[in-house]
Amino acid sequence: MGALNLRKHDQEPVAEAVAEIGQYLTFQLAGETFAIGILAIKEILEYVPLTQVPLMPDFIRGVMNLRGAVVPVIDLALRFGHAPTEAGRRTCIVIIEIELEGQQRHIGILVDAVHEVLAIADSDIEPPPQLGGGIRVDFIAGMARVDDRFVVLLHVDKVLSATEISLLAEQGEIALEASTDAPQDQNKLADTISGRTQ
Amino acid sequence: MTLDMELALQTFFEESNELLSDMERILLDVEMDATTPEQLNALFRAMHTIKGSAGLFALDDVVRFTHQVENALDHLRDGSLQLDEELAGLLLRCHDHVKTLLDALAAKEALPVDAGLPLLEELSARLNHGAAPQPSAEPAPAEAAAPSPAEARASAWLISLRLGPDVLRNGMDPASFIRYLHTMGRIERIEAISVKLPAGAAFDPESNYLRLELIFAGEVEIGALWDAFEFAREDSRIHIWPLDEAPAHLAELSGEVDAAEAAALQAVWQRFGLPDATAPAIEAVAAPAAVETAAAVTPRAESGKAVHAEARQPKPPESKFIKVEAGKLDSLINLIGELVIAGAAANLMARRADQTPLVEATLAISSLIEQIRAGTLSMRMIQIGEIFNRFPRVVRDVSRELGKDIQLTISGADTELDKSMVDKLGDPLMHIVRNAIDHGIEDTAQRRAAGKPDTGTIWLNAYHESGSVVIEVADDGGGLRRDRILAKAVERNLVPADATLSDQEIFKLIFEPGFSTAEQVTNLSGRGVGMDVVRKSIEQLRGSVDIDSEPQLGSTFRIRLPLTLAIIDGFLVQNGDATFVVPLEAVIECIELPPAQQQEGTHDCLNLRGEILPLLHLSTFFELGAAPGKRQNVVVVRFGDSKAGLVVDELLGEYQTVIKPLGSLFRHLKAISGSTILGTGEVALILDIPSLIHYATRKESERYSPDGEAGRRSRTGSPS
Repeated sequence: MGALNLRKHDQEPVAEAVAEIGQYLTFQLAGETFAIGILAIKEILEYVPLTQVPLMPDFIRGVMNLRGAVVPVIDLALRFGHAPTEAGRRTCIVIIEIELEGQQRHIGILVDAVHEVLAIADSDIEPPPQLGGGIRVDFIAGMARVDDRFVVLLHVDKVLSATEISLLAEQGEIALEASTDAPQDQNKLADTISGRTQ
Repeated sequence: MTLDMELALQTFFEESNELLSDMERILLDVEMDATTPEQLNALFRAMHTIKGSAGLFALDDVVRFTHQVENALDHLRDGSLQLDEELAGLLLRCHDHVKTLLDALAAKEALPVDAGLPLLEELSARLNHGAAPQPSAEPAPAEAAAPSPAEARASAWLISLRLGPDVLRNGMDPASFIRYLHTMGRIERIEAISVKLPAGAAFDPESNYLRLELIFAGEVEIGALWDAFEFAREDSRIHIWPLDEAPAHLAELSGEVDAAEAAALQAVWQRFGLPDATAPAIEAVAAPAAVETAAAVTPRAESGKAVHAEARQPKPPESKFIKVEAGKLDSLINLIGELVIAGAAANLMARRADQTPLVEATLAISSLIEQIRAGTLSMRMIQIGEIFNRFPRVVRDVSRELGKDIQLTISGADTELDKSMVDKLGDPLMHIVRNAIDHGIEDTAQRRAAGKPDTGTIWLNAYHESGSVVIEVADDGGGLRRDRILAKAVERNLVPADATLSDQEIFKLIFEPGFSTAEQVTNLSGRGVGMDVVRKSIEQLRGSVDIDSEPQLGSTFRIRLPLTLAIIDGFLVQNGDATFVVPLEAVIECIELPPAQQQEGTHDCLNLRGEILPLLHLSTFFELGAAPGKRQNVVVVRFGDSKAGLVVDELLGEYQTVIKPLGSLFRHLKAISGSTILGTGEVALILDIPSLIHYATRKESERYSPDGEAGRRSRTGSPS
């Protein structure tokens, strides 16, 4: 399948590893740049049509077949309370490997475009701001300074917390019962979900 | 080498465990019916094989014990001892001891050898008692198959062992045969003939070049000697003769081998003090002296072909199963899944290129792949009988302990279930069965008073239903006492005193943790001890437990399990872009939706040959947002005793479905039981019909309740 080659960011010579340097994959999501540590990333795939799972909250876009395993795919934009991601030419599914209930699981996240892998020194990472991050504070692992702009480093475990998602799914089930097929409702639902703990 | 030994040992343990469970099953059968010679033979074989294999591993303690048991079984087999209930019980205990020994060995613990001593004493007491009428010196009748039973016993034997060159490679050490022989008698003389030993570089350290000639003294039957070499017989030339007959065969033996070996052989025999019989041999060969069991194909060496004939000797039946690590099978299944998809892609390309021969070739390949996949998947499935088989023993033991007369009826033991599931089911089932024996079935006096037969019955039953596996444990005992359970629950504040509960709800209270405490055991006759553990383990398997109970008639525990990785026959339906799988067991029939009925709405009804069939529009219900197709169809499904119709766009037909669990994210999704990957690589969802209908019914009732009214308003109205 169309796994993209992860390109190393060549601005930083590797030999100069004085401070701890982590590598992060940056990607585009609803007009903003986010990053995830590459250790959590298993692969990047082209967008494939997903199988929608009914009666689930909208940010769970569906499931896909990853070489014989059924993997759920989450729309991070909806999870963050933005408009749903439209599948385009550069849309990708990033497969993340996380530990859920003691087991290694794969979850796909839908992103608008994948940029590059950046090496970011720990010293360049600021703690998450209390305000203005645009998303829930506990989703942010830190703010990285790259070329005078800030990139939001995501806290994968929090963003894809299974307990929370399945809890939401449970509530979503109830919420969905009340909101059958009104598309504008979906944003509102996502808003309530992402805004619930703010 | 050490590693290989470990592996071989592992195989030995597994094999022995299988044999032991066979033995247990037979012993339990035997208790009920008269014994058949086959059963006794099977018993004997089990012990014998364990002894033989243990001998190979030099597990002397096991050999010593099993030897005695085997002895007793041998007497049983030849009829000098009768199998009665007491002896069967004793043998069962011996069986347990062997099992303990093997378990201890497997765990590399010290062997509880002493525990076996009283058993051995008891056995030998039985033996002496039973065998008294027959003086032991008298030759016991040998196996019926032996051609010359009169000569089947001798005190001294000549054994000529020409083990095949591969014997070492096959994991057998010639020395262990000798060691094993040593347990049966005394080895008087042993000499090795090493003329075959090549010099220098030609020597292969893993090949066997030796020929062993030995004189063995012991009061054994020839069959027993042959059995000692059972494992090597296939590619070896082994001869066993009573010592005094042996010289007659020297010529024959010499004829089989080349001159150098024959000379060495004669030299050895002379050293053994056997007369050089090359000359008078002709006479002796003519005599009806061949003491061979029918089973032991002695190499007659008429020609080179004889060796081939031996090689084709059927292996003992224990090689019917191969143990495979489950992980390997899983990755194989995944790979085959990939192959299916790749095959489908190739087929699609061939079609696009419009190359008919290529299309046909890809179709042939995909049908083969499909077969491979089905075969691989069924490998993971094992019959539930594997756990059911341990229950006759449990019922027997527990019921005797309690002085109750209980019979166990097992049905549906061939129902297949995923291996991992079967492993985890054992304990909860055991709990339920024990409870049924202990508290379900009343004692004889009570049963008589209630007008029931003295013998209580416990039923174990398994079957597939609507894509799940149902396991029932039923008894014809007194049933659960509804009022008492309720009273206890109220006392323990589990339910409010004024609660109105259905029978089902009340019975489920026994699954509450801590529902039974010591003082309740007496009051409530203890039903419910550890039941919370049962429920927990069943729920871990994503199953559920239901209880049916009638006072005085008995109770039924019904465990319903999903098939997780099991394969089900599914029925594919399509709604817009979405494909769903309906478990085929749930499907009764499919009909076209009359055009008059094709209106919008989640629920309406259809007149199905005079019956009212409630309809559920899948698209609307699942909010798929797709426009309904031109022609719509109704899949009539069954859940429990009622029916419903699912309205779908298209019927795609049957499909063998591999259930892939959806993972913990979808844990709360009730209407979908799992997913599957279609030939195209697409994921299709499997509908859980009972929960789907249940969920739909709940929604329906909410809709017409005052709360539901509000919900409907917010649906149609604008969200504030």
